[in-house]
Amino acid sequence: MAEIRLENVRKEFGEVVAVKDISLTIHDREFMVLLGPSGCGKSTLLRCIAGLEQVNNGRILIDGEDVTQLPPRKRGISMVFQSYAVFPHMTVFENIAFGLRMQKKPDAEIRQRVQSSAELLHIEELLDRYPAQLSGGQRQRVAVARAIAVQAKVLLMDEPLSNLDALLRLEMRAELKRLLDELQATVIYVTHDQVEALSMGDRIAVMRNGEILQCDSPIAVYNNPAAHFIGSFIGNPPMNFLTARVLDGKTAVSVHETTIPLPPSIASQLKANTELWLGIRAENIEALSQTAPDTIPAKVLVVEPLGSHNLLTVQVGNELLKVNTHADAKFSPGQAIWLRFAADKIRWLDKLTGQSLI
Amino acid sequence: MSSKRTWFSSRSLLYVVALLIALYILVPIYLITISAFSPRNAVFDYPKPFFPKAFSVETLSFFLNSFGVLESVQMSIIVAILTLVLSLLIGAPAGYTLARYVFVGKDSYRLAILSTRAFPIVILAIPLAVTFIRWDLDDTAIGVALLHTAMALPTTILVTSSVFVSVSKELEEAAMVLGCSRFGAFRRVALPLALPGLAASAIFTFVLSWNEVFAAAILTLQNPTLPARLVVQLNQSPLPFKFAGGFFILVPAIVFMLFVRRYLFTLWGVKLK
Amino acid sequence: MIAKLRAQNLEPYLLLLPSTIFLLLFFAWPMFRALSLAILNDEGQFTLAHIQRMTSDVAFWDAIRNTFILLITIIPLQFILALIMALIVTSGLRGSGLLIYFYALPIAISDLAAGIVWFAVFTERGYLNTLLTNLGILDKPFIFLNIQTSWPLIAVIIAEVWRATSIVFVILVAGLQGIPKEYNEAAEIFGANWYTRLWRVTLPMLRPSIQVALILRTILAFQVFAVVVALTGGNLRVLALEAFRWYGDFRNANVAAAYAALILIFSMIVSVVYLRTLRSPETELTG
Repeated sequence: MAEIRLENVRKEFGEVVAVKDISLTIHDREFMVLLGPSGCGKSTLLRCIAGLEQVNNGRILIDGEDVTQLPPRKRGISMVFQSYAVFPHMTVFENIAFGLRMQKKPDAEIRQRVQSSAELLHIEELLDRYPAQLSGGQRQRVAVARAIAVQAKVLLMDEPLSNLDALLRLEMRAELKRLLDELQATVIYVTHDQVEALSMGDRIAVMRNGEILQCDSPIAVYNNPAAHFIGSFIGNPPMNFLTARVLDGKTAVSVHETTIPLPPSIASQLKANTELWLGIRAENIEALSQTAPDTIPAKVLVVEPLGSHNLLTVQVGNELLKVNTHADAKFSPGQAIWLRFAADKIRWLDKLTGQSLI
Repeated sequence: MSSKRTWFSSRSLLYVVALLIALYILVPIYLITISAFSPRNAVFDYPKPFFPKAFSVETLSFFLNSFGVLESVQMSIIVAILTLVLSLLIGAPAGYTLARYVFVGKDSYRLAILSTRAFPIVILAIPLAVTFIRWDLDDTAIGVALLHTAMALPTTILVTSSVFVSVSKELEEAAMVLGCSRFGAFRRVALPLALPGLAASAIFTFVLSWNEVFAAAILTLQNPTLPARLVVQLNQSPLPFKFAGGFFILVPAIVFMLFVRRYLFTLWGVKLK
Repeated sequence: MIAKLRAQNLEPYLLLLPSTIFLLLFFAWPMFRALSLAILNDEGQFTLAHIQRMTSDVAFWDAIRNTFILLITIIPLQFILALIMALIVTSGLRGSGLLIYFYALPIAISDLAAGIVWFAVFTERGYLNTLLTNLGILDKPFIFLNIQTSWPLIAVIIAEVWRATSIVFVILVAGLQGIPKEYNEAAEIFGANWYTRLWRVTLPMLRPSIQVALILRTILAFQVFAVVVALTGGNLRVLALEAFRWYGDFRNANVAAAYAALILIFSMIVSVVYLRTLRSPETELTG
C-alpha cells in the first residue's frame, strides 16, 4: 500500500508561489501524471514529494505517515531525473546498485537485483561500462533501472523522456508503460508533453500557475476539459473555441449568425445575451462542400495533408478553426465550405472565467 | 572577399607572428636552463654559448648547498602546503555554498569576494608584520601562510564554486533520494567528481605561495622562504647562485602548468559578473 | 521541527562563516591597519609626520615616477600583445593547443624568477651582449643595467611584459571563447571585413574580460617589486620597493605603511575609474 496524500501543500521561492495550496490524493499503485506548461509548478510539487524541497505549508503523507519533515532517504521513494543524474564516476552496475548499497543489502542480493533490473531494461550487457561510454537513451535506461532496483513503494519521474529524440521517446514511452504496469508501484510522472500524459496516465492532473485545474482520467480530460486553458493545451490540434451568444429564448446560441441549440441543463444557468465559448475538437467537425441545414459557413485558409487525414484551417467570421477531413477530401484554399458540429461533442464554457459549464 | 587580403588573415604571416611570440616566451626559459646546467665556471664565460658545451649539476648543487638554501626550500614547501590546506578548508565550503544554495546576501558575498581582486593584497604584509610581532607569529611558517591564504582565498572560493557548479546538483539529489544523507551525497558523489578541479585549485595555491616574494620577505627574517632568501641575497650573490636559484623557483611553475592545463581557463578566466 | 527548518536555512551562512571571518581578520583589518599606521603616531593620535617623511625622501618622487612609467608602458603593450596572441590561438591555426600552453606558461612564473631570467639576458656578460657581439653590432659588452641610462627601465618593461602578458592572454581567450561564433558570422554575412568585425563585434563583446584583466594588471603593476630587485639590484626606485626598504632596512613600519596605503589608494582609484569608464550596457543589466 502506498497512497500519497497532499494536504494544502504550498511552496514559495521568495515572492513567487510555485505551488499554491495543493490537495491531492494519489491512490495505491496509481499512475498519476502531473501535466502542465513549463513553470506551472509540476516539477516543484514532485520535488516537494521527494523531499528535495521543503514545503512552506501543508502536509505530505505517504502510506498515512506524515513525511513532511523527513529527508528524501526516509520517505521510501525512488526517482528518475530529467537529466538522468547517472553518476559519471561509477559503472552502470554500481549506479544501479547504489540505492541497494545504501540499504546495506548483502552482496548476493545486490547482484541479483541489479541483474534483474538491468534485464528489465535490456542493459545487462552494459553493466561494466561507465556512463560516458553510453548513448543518451542507454543512460536513460540506467536511470530507470537504478530507480526500480530499490523497489520503492513510490516512484517519482521528472520528465524522464524529454531529453530523448522523438523516435526514441516513442519507443521508450511504450516500454516504460509496460514496465511500470508490472511494477505495481505508485507512480507520479511529471511531463509537459500532453501525448505522453494521455497515453500513460491512469489520471492526469493538469496544472497551471501552481494550481491543479483538473484531475481526471485521460479521456475525461480530453473530452471534457474543465477550463478553456486545458482544452487549448491538450490534444493536437487543440480544441477549437468559438464565441457564442445566448439568444433571448435561452434555448439556443448564435454563432456567427447560425443558431445552435443549447442543452436545457446549461440554458437554465444562463441569462440572455451572455457570451459563451463553444468548444469542439477538430475530429468532431464535418466539413461539407455544399450548404445544408444547421451548418456554419466558413472559408478554407490552409490545407495540410497529414497522411492519415487532412487538417484544414478555416475562418468563421473573424475566428479560426482547425478541422479534420478525410485524406481524399478535396478542399482548396479560398473555397467556401459549411461546417457541421457533432452535437454531443460540443462543450460549453463561461467566456469570462474560462470554466466549463455542465 | 576583401577580408581575405588583410594582413592578419594571411596564414603564413600569422604563423610567423605566432612563432616569434612563442620564441620570446620560450628562449629566455631555455637560456636560464642551460645556464643552470652549466659547470660552475662556465657560468662566467663570455661570450655565452647558445648551446651548452657541457652538462653539469655542479651549479645547481652549489646553490642547494649554499648556506640556508635547503632550509629555505623546506620553509617554502611548508608554507605552501599550509596555505593550500588552509585555503581549501576555508574556501571550498564557501565555493560549494555559492554553487549550491540560494540565500539572501549571496550576491553581496560574491561581489565582496570579487572586489578583493581590486586590492593590492601583498602590501598587507606590512601592517600584518606589525600585528604578527605582537602575536608571536613573525618569522614563522604559519604567519606567512596566513597572508598567502588571504591572497589565495578569493580565487579558491571562485574556482571551487565553478568546479562544484560543473557537478550537476541533480547527481547529489539522486544520491539523496537513493538513501544518502545530505553530507553522504556530498561525500559519495560531489566530492569525487570535483576532486580533479579541487586538485587544480590546490596546485594553483601551492604555486602562488611558492612564488610569492614581497610578503614572505617582510614577514620572515631568520627563516625566509626561498624567494625571500633570494631577493635579500641576490645583490651579494655570484652568478651561478643567481641562475641556479632562478631556475629552481621556475621549475615548479612549469611542472604546475602541465598539471593544470585543462583548468587554465577555470583558474584564470573567471569573469567579473 | 521548526529548529530543523531553521538549521537548514542557516546552512549556507555557516559554510560561509570561516571564509568571512578569515577575510575580515587577514584582509579587511590589515587594510585598515595600513591606513592607521600611516597616519597615527605611537600614542594613537593623528599625525602627518610619517607621510611627510615619505614624501620628503629623495627616492619618493623617483619611485612614483618610475612606477607610473612602468604602468603606462607595460599595460598597453601587454594588452596589444595579449590580444594578438588570443586572436592567433582562436583563429583555428594548427597546433594552437600547444601555442596556448606556451603562451600561458609564464602565468605560473614568479616575478623573481622572471627578473633573474632576464638578468641572464641583460647582464654585462649575458646573452644579449653575446648576441650583439656575434652579430658584429657591438665590439665590447654594453652595460645595459647601468642605472644612469634608461636601459634598466626598458629591461624591467621587457621582463614584465614577458611574465605577465599571459594572464591577460588567458582572460581574453576565455572571453573570446565565450562569444558565440554566430555574431561574427552574422557580421561577415552582412559584409563586415576582418578589421571591422574585430572593432565592432569582438572587442565590444570582450569588454567585461578586458575590464577584469585591466584591473588585475594595474593592481599588480603598482606592486612591481621582485623583477626590479633582480634586474637592477634595487637601484631603480619603485613604490613597493620603497615600502620594503622602509620596513626591512630602516625598520620604520609607519613610513612603510604610508607607502602601502598609497599603493592601496592608487589601486582603488584606478579600479573605480576602470569600472566607470568601461561600464558596458550588458554588465549594467546583469548588475
